[in-house]
Amino acid sequence: MSFTRFLAVARKEVVQILRDSRSLIIVLIMPVVLVLLFGYGVNLDLKGLPVYVYDRDGSQQSQDLLKRFQASAYFDVVRVVNDYPALTRSLDDGHAKMGIVIPWDFSERVRNGLPTQVQALVDGSDDNTANVAIGYAQAVVQGYSSDIQLDWLRNRGQVAQPASVSVETRTWYNEDLESSAFIVPGVLALVMSVIGAFLTSLTIAREWERGTMEHLISTPVTPLEIMLGKLAPYFVIGMFDVIVCALIAIYWFQVPFRGSFITLLVSSAMFMVVVLSLGFFISVIGGSQLAASQIALLITFLPAFLLSGFLYSIEQMPVVLQWITRILPARYYVSVLKKIFLKGSPTALLYADLVPLAVFTLVLAMLATHSFHKRLA
Amino acid sequence: MTEPTQAAIVAEGLTKSFPNVCAVDHLSFNVRSGEIFGLVGPDGAGKTTTLRMLAGIMPPDEGTGSVAGFDVVHDPEGAKHHLSYMPQRFGLYEDLTVDENIRFYGDLFGVKKAEREERSTQLLQAAGMSEFRKRLAGKLSGGMKQKLGLVCALTHRPKVILLDEPTTGVDPVSRRDFWRILYELAAEGVAILTSTAYLDEAERCHRVALLHQGKLLFCDTPTNLKAKLGKGVLSVTSSDPRRSREQLEHAAGISSLVLTGDGLHVVVDDAARRIPEFEARLNSAHVPFDAIQQVTPTIEDLFVDAVSGGAPSHA
Amino acid sequence: MPEDNNSVVIEDLVKRFGDFVAVDRINLDIRKGEVFGFLGPNGAGKSTTIRMLCGLLRPTSGRARVAGYDVGREPESVRQNIGYMSQKFSLYNDLKVIENIRLFAGLYSVPADKLSERIEWALEMANLKGQENLITGTLPGGWKQRLALGCAVLHKPPVIFLDEPTSGVDPISRRQFWDLIHQMAEEGVTVFVTTHYMEEAEYCNQLALIFRGKIVALGTPSELKQKSMKGELLLVECEPLGSAVEVLQSAPDVIDAAVFGNALHLVVRDAAAAIPQVQKYLSDHSIKVGHIEKIRPSLEDVFVSLTTAHDSEKERTA
Repeated sequence: MSFTRFLAVARKEVVQILRDSRSLIIVLIMPVVLVLLFGYGVNLDLKGLPVYVYDRDGSQQSQDLLKRFQASAYFDVVRVVNDYPALTRSLDDGHAKMGIVIPWDFSERVRNGLPTQVQALVDGSDDNTANVAIGYAQAVVQGYSSDIQLDWLRNRGQVAQPASVSVETRTWYNEDLESSAFIVPGVLALVMSVIGAFLTSLTIAREWERGTMEHLISTPVTPLEIMLGKLAPYFVIGMFDVIVCALIAIYWFQVPFRGSFITLLVSSAMFMVVVLSLGFFISVIGGSQLAASQIALLITFLPAFLLSGFLYSIEQMPVVLQWITRILPARYYVSVLKKIFLKGSPTALLYADLVPLAVFTLVLAMLATHSFHKRLA
Repeated sequence: MTEPTQAAIVAEGLTKSFPNVCAVDHLSFNVRSGEIFGLVGPDGAGKTTTLRMLAGIMPPDEGTGSVAGFDVVHDPEGAKHHLSYMPQRFGLYEDLTVDENIRFYGDLFGVKKAEREERSTQLLQAAGMSEFRKRLAGKLSGGMKQKLGLVCALTHRPKVILLDEPTTGVDPVSRRDFWRILYELAAEGVAILTSTAYLDEAERCHRVALLHQGKLLFCDTPTNLKAKLGKGVLSVTSSDPRRSREQLEHAAGISSLVLTGDGLHVVVDDAARRIPEFEARLNSAHVPFDAIQQVTPTIEDLFVDAVSGGAPSHA
Repeated sequence: MPEDNNSVVIEDLVKRFGDFVAVDRINLDIRKGEVFGFLGPNGAGKSTTIRMLCGLLRPTSGRARVAGYDVGREPESVRQNIGYMSQKFSLYNDLKVIENIRLFAGLYSVPADKLSERIEWALEMANLKGQENLITGTLPGGWKQRLALGCAVLHKPPVIFLDEPTSGVDPISRRQFWDLIHQMAEEGVTVFVTTHYMEEAEYCNQLALIFRGKIVALGTPSELKQKSMKGELLLVECEPLGSAVEVLQSAPDVIDAAVFGNALHLVVRDAAAAIPQVQKYLSDHSIKVGHIEKIRPSLEDVFVSLTTAHDSEKERTA
């Protein structure tokens, strides 16, 4: 292999990237945009759900109950309304995600030890949120209810408190259950898919379309030199973008980073080779730039988004899909990322992910190398 | 001093088929060093396919080829160090400057920097492009793009150059410039194989192979080919070409007759005999005409004669 | 509009793009039924002139009437009365022959009652009867070009523009094509051809050579070859060719010397006088002379001679 020829191809690719404003935007701006977008834009957390209240009782007891809702981090009692239609309207137009109706005889029934019900109306159009909201609301009311019962028992002289079992939850690795910490590491996989696969999928196809490939293959340059020369710039850019995105994650979004920086670089480099090889291969077989880029998006970006565990947990998926994720390189890379950022797992524990990733790297690199031939027909 | 035993380019029985069509059918010819050899024929004759096979980028179905002594069928990569190929479509990078393109191809052929600088300066000057070094290739005019292609092709001093219709669509003045460069190259001993659909351009080649539907019609110098035609070609100048045609089209001895803008172009069996006959015909029908002269046959005449059989009519 | 005998009249036509004068006061009168050729290098103003004549570009000043309509004030009417054919670009390759014909019939608003008649006529003329269902992209070059011509004239326009119509087509098909054109010209259609292909230019009744926005020559092909050439042409066979060219470049009375195939072409002022002079000059420089004769210049020689003369004149007066 001739280093001069390899360098000539690489230099040409760099110049072409720098002169093409579209590529420049993709390599420089898109990664940052993606990190910020997913960091801020996707919020799976439920905090401060707006609640409207229709308190028909207006007593000390109803106020106590409402204070508990207000005290909960999950609810934000925004407004008190004075009739039922106003409450339903607030749900219709989205000002409230939940509406609470306290019956007119609430305090009387509580004082007399009678079963009492509080109505909660929930906006079910987002059923994920609705389910969680209902759960939280029940917990708040349950807490209030237990306290009332204990007071009642105390007032009748039964002081001994029965033992109760409660669940003390401690969330490891992501104490605040901040979804940004959960999501942002995975964004690196997305960024690499776009740069590694999407951009490179255009590279071979474009030369055929413009007519320069016919000329190129009549020169002594070898397929390996063409491949390495074209992919090297994207590799460098990709690694640079990984570091930039990691820094934004750590210092801007305060995502904890507990693992080894070396492991991050090595696994990112491996995944980079994977997506580059895929992109190159797609460019060779794709035929036209249009077809190649669409195939690239379908095969790399989309699975990385939906099935890699980046946003949606793999364990929650149907079994068939879980099996499918096993053949997605992105799944292993995202897993490594989360472990490095959040768990700080020692490298030994990462082998379950790194080994499959390494296998993919080798196989795809070989596939790409053998796919390109200097022949027409 | 020994003469090279092998011609710079040898094609032997080259054959290539695509679905539904045999593009090149057992083509054989050779090109010597310092010779400009033209593959001439209309679109679809097999010119591009032949050039691609000899450039080592398209394997033939049958036959062999060698370029600069290397077997292009079995060792195409070896041959590529010694040849340059200019495809029909502009093969350079439009988003790179003239200099960057030259550097790129120079590097691919392993030309050292100093040599490349010297050679490219010289070539660009000859092509009249010295002030355009920093211009993007995409911003050059059509004629200049062709010249740039040639400069990039020549930086590594190849022994063989393959050009696919390099002057198509280029105006006659730029075409003349281009040919001047080719003649200089030939004088330096480079073997040049070029293709063209412009039959009149064939006259500029040292030797010519006429192709039609993948087959070789004939191969020789233009002068010899015309001599072999064995027929006379007459030009009738008339202000009423249509009536002239009416009068002459059924006359004896004519192989072909074409209406031109200001007369007729007629291929006959015996010029000396037919001129007075035709003059007589036209005069008796009172058709105005200026002159009937014998002219040299054109390559087109040869082509039409070969393809259509060319038997003259008899009185 | 009244029928002129002149189907295309161009008067002092000018087109400027900013400071650049693309077309510099062109004047032409083209008769009905004439086959007129427009030659010129790229950037000479050819395409700009054609676009103005087709009603696609408004002139900066001057006038042109095509088929009786003013191109500046009535471009729509102009467009309805012309046909345009470019061999490489007119047809849709993935449509069938008949589909292309119908498409163009629609685009040219051929009236419904005339539709089937015209379609028959186009197929007949293009010799494609029975081939209606072939995919256009699979047709051989010669057939495609006849089809393109047919599509361009479905509405029987009085003026048609042909852009390099037979470049790359085999000579036999080309001759058949031009037979068709001449037939149409006989029926009164005016044909306007633009080309680089000198062989095509020979088919024209009149030629205009345009260079840097001006017409530098006008006449029949023979007239141009005889009168427009600045000098006469000699064929010189000698050896060695390379040194002969260099030597002759600086010879007195030789206007231009260039290699051409296996011989040299010399442009001299007077052939008869020059032949013995050249013979002596070459022998003095130890160059073996085989054969010298006067030859008829080709249109290309005329073209090059006129454009280079124009250039050197410009340099002198600049």
